[in-house]
Amino acid sequence: MGLILFYILGGLTLVAALGVVTTRNIVYGALFLLVAMSGVAGLFVLLFAEFLALVQLLIYGGAIIIVILFALMLTRTTDFSVATEHRRWPMAAVISLALFGLLAGAAIGDSGDYNTYQRSGISIEELGKGLFENWAVPFEIASIVLLVALIGAIVIGRSGEEEGGEGDQG
Amino acid sequence: MNVTLSDAVDLGIRLFALFNVVALGAVSLVWLERRFLGRLQGRPGPNRVGPFGLLQPIADAIKLMSKEDVAPGSSQRLIFYAAPILVFVPAFVVWLTFPLARDLVVRNMEMGLFFFVAISTLSIVGLVLAGWSSNSKYAILGGFRAAAQLVSYEIPIITMILVVAMLSGSLDFVSVVDAQSRVPFILVVPLGLVIFLIAGLAEVGRTPFDIYFAESEVVGGPFVEYSGAHWAIFFLAEYVNTFVLGILGALLFLGGWRWPFGENLPQLASVALLMGKAYFIVLVIFWIRGTYPRMRIDQLMEVAWKWLIPLSFALFLVTAFQLKFEWPWWILTIMSLAILAVPVLVQSQKQRNPALALAARYAANAVVVEAKPRPSPAAAEDTPPATSETAEGTSA
Repeated sequence: MGLILFYILGGLTLVAALGVVTTRNIVYGALFLLVAMSGVAGLFVLLFAEFLALVQLLIYGGAIIIVILFALMLTRTTDFSVATEHRRWPMAAVISLALFGLLAGAAIGDSGDYNTYQRSGISIEELGKGLFENWAVPFEIASIVLLVALIGAIVIGRSGEEEGGEGDQG
Repeated sequence: MNVTLSDAVDLGIRLFALFNVVALGAVSLVWLERRFLGRLQGRPGPNRVGPFGLLQPIADAIKLMSKEDVAPGSSQRLIFYAAPILVFVPAFVVWLTFPLARDLVVRNMEMGLFFFVAISTLSIVGLVLAGWSSNSKYAILGGFRAAAQLVSYEIPIITMILVVAMLSGSLDFVSVVDAQSRVPFILVVPLGLVIFLIAGLAEVGRTPFDIYFAESEVVGGPFVEYSGAHWAIFFLAEYVNTFVLGILGALLFLGGWRWPFGENLPQLASVALLMGKAYFIVLVIFWIRGTYPRMRIDQLMEVAWKWLIPLSFALFLVTAFQLKFEWPWWILTIMSLAILAVPVLVQSQKQRNPALALAARYAANAVVVEAKPRPSPAAAEDTPPATSETAEGTSA
């Protein structure tokens, strides 16, 4: 049962992820991203990581996709017939393949350390204690990084406004 | 992971029952809103179809189903038809974890509150996509407004849910209700319910906050191009969300099925108590709709970012202090009322008695007119009404 669900969810995630990079319509791309993220959330549920699954839905589905769509709504429905063709695509391919290799290598290299057959979830109390006692400093640093990124985005956005022209939306 | 057939059948029955409860609840709200608004406005409301017009929603549903379902020719057809489903499904799925009585729940989750938060945000995607895929200016504007409004008001509502979770020490709805067996959270954090209701109204898009589908501005917003059954799904989702707001308010702040009786009542009485509280909140929502006009979009954003979010953060901090130093609960009541007093005072300073101010301005003008003998053109202007009055008087 779990295995069947794993293959369904994994397949869905992969197909949707392929769709993100191959579709010609950028809004469809955002939607495919939503499906891929939901698929990953489903995989988290299969791993008994309900909290991570819900966070995945909340952050990616509820926040990031909406912000992406908010920006994309400024575009017309027919604007992007050639949006995926770009001169520098070989460099992008090399970088993404290298990243994939790195992550896959790490995952496969580490997989011996984990027992994949007997898994049980941890309670949210354990998770909270771990996050705020053992990992409090990294957690706070992550918050500060996000805050800095937020302020940076505002600064960049405002400076574009002051120069009189709207920033190029890349 | 072992799932037996009886588990699956059990889950199926629960889901089917839940779907019916939710759909019936939403339909009952449609009827209730029309009747209640009618009473507020001194008219009978629908009263022809069935006793007290009870069958009116069913007649409406049949009408909507039989209407032609049109999609604009330039719309993105696939997304256009998927959007209503994307709005409705989260509104229904959040019900999986709402307990209607101690054991009357599809799946009680350890993280029920968080589940609600995570799932309910997904419906924004549907609204935005409905606006975009219609390929219509009004729909796009409505979609923008929906995204801005719903994302802004999510923050105070989530903070209030966090406050409740802190007070009860759990994210599980049943534990939250159990924690209120003696004192409901409305007495502990009155400000919490106020913020929750205001932000909730905005999340659902009820009247003072119905900016994103305002008929007189964006003629229906994201829904402008929808018709027939697809429009009906949006409509149904709105009422399901209103019902969610009522149930959630009853569970989180009014003590669910426990307060004021303390112990667990028999199941039927528990459900009746919870539903009574939920319908009370819903009636308050309808009452607000019948009372207040729509806000402007800048006022909407001001309420969220300048008032609700700072207030909710203040309440969050105060609650944390209360829990840390283990003060008695009524200290939190006093502090939350004190925080609530801040916007009330500021606002009343800003617009102290606008009617009186207006009257004073008129009075000042009147004094000027009386004090100085006016030059002749003004006098000439003053005379015609007098003569017409006398003329009327003589003719009568």
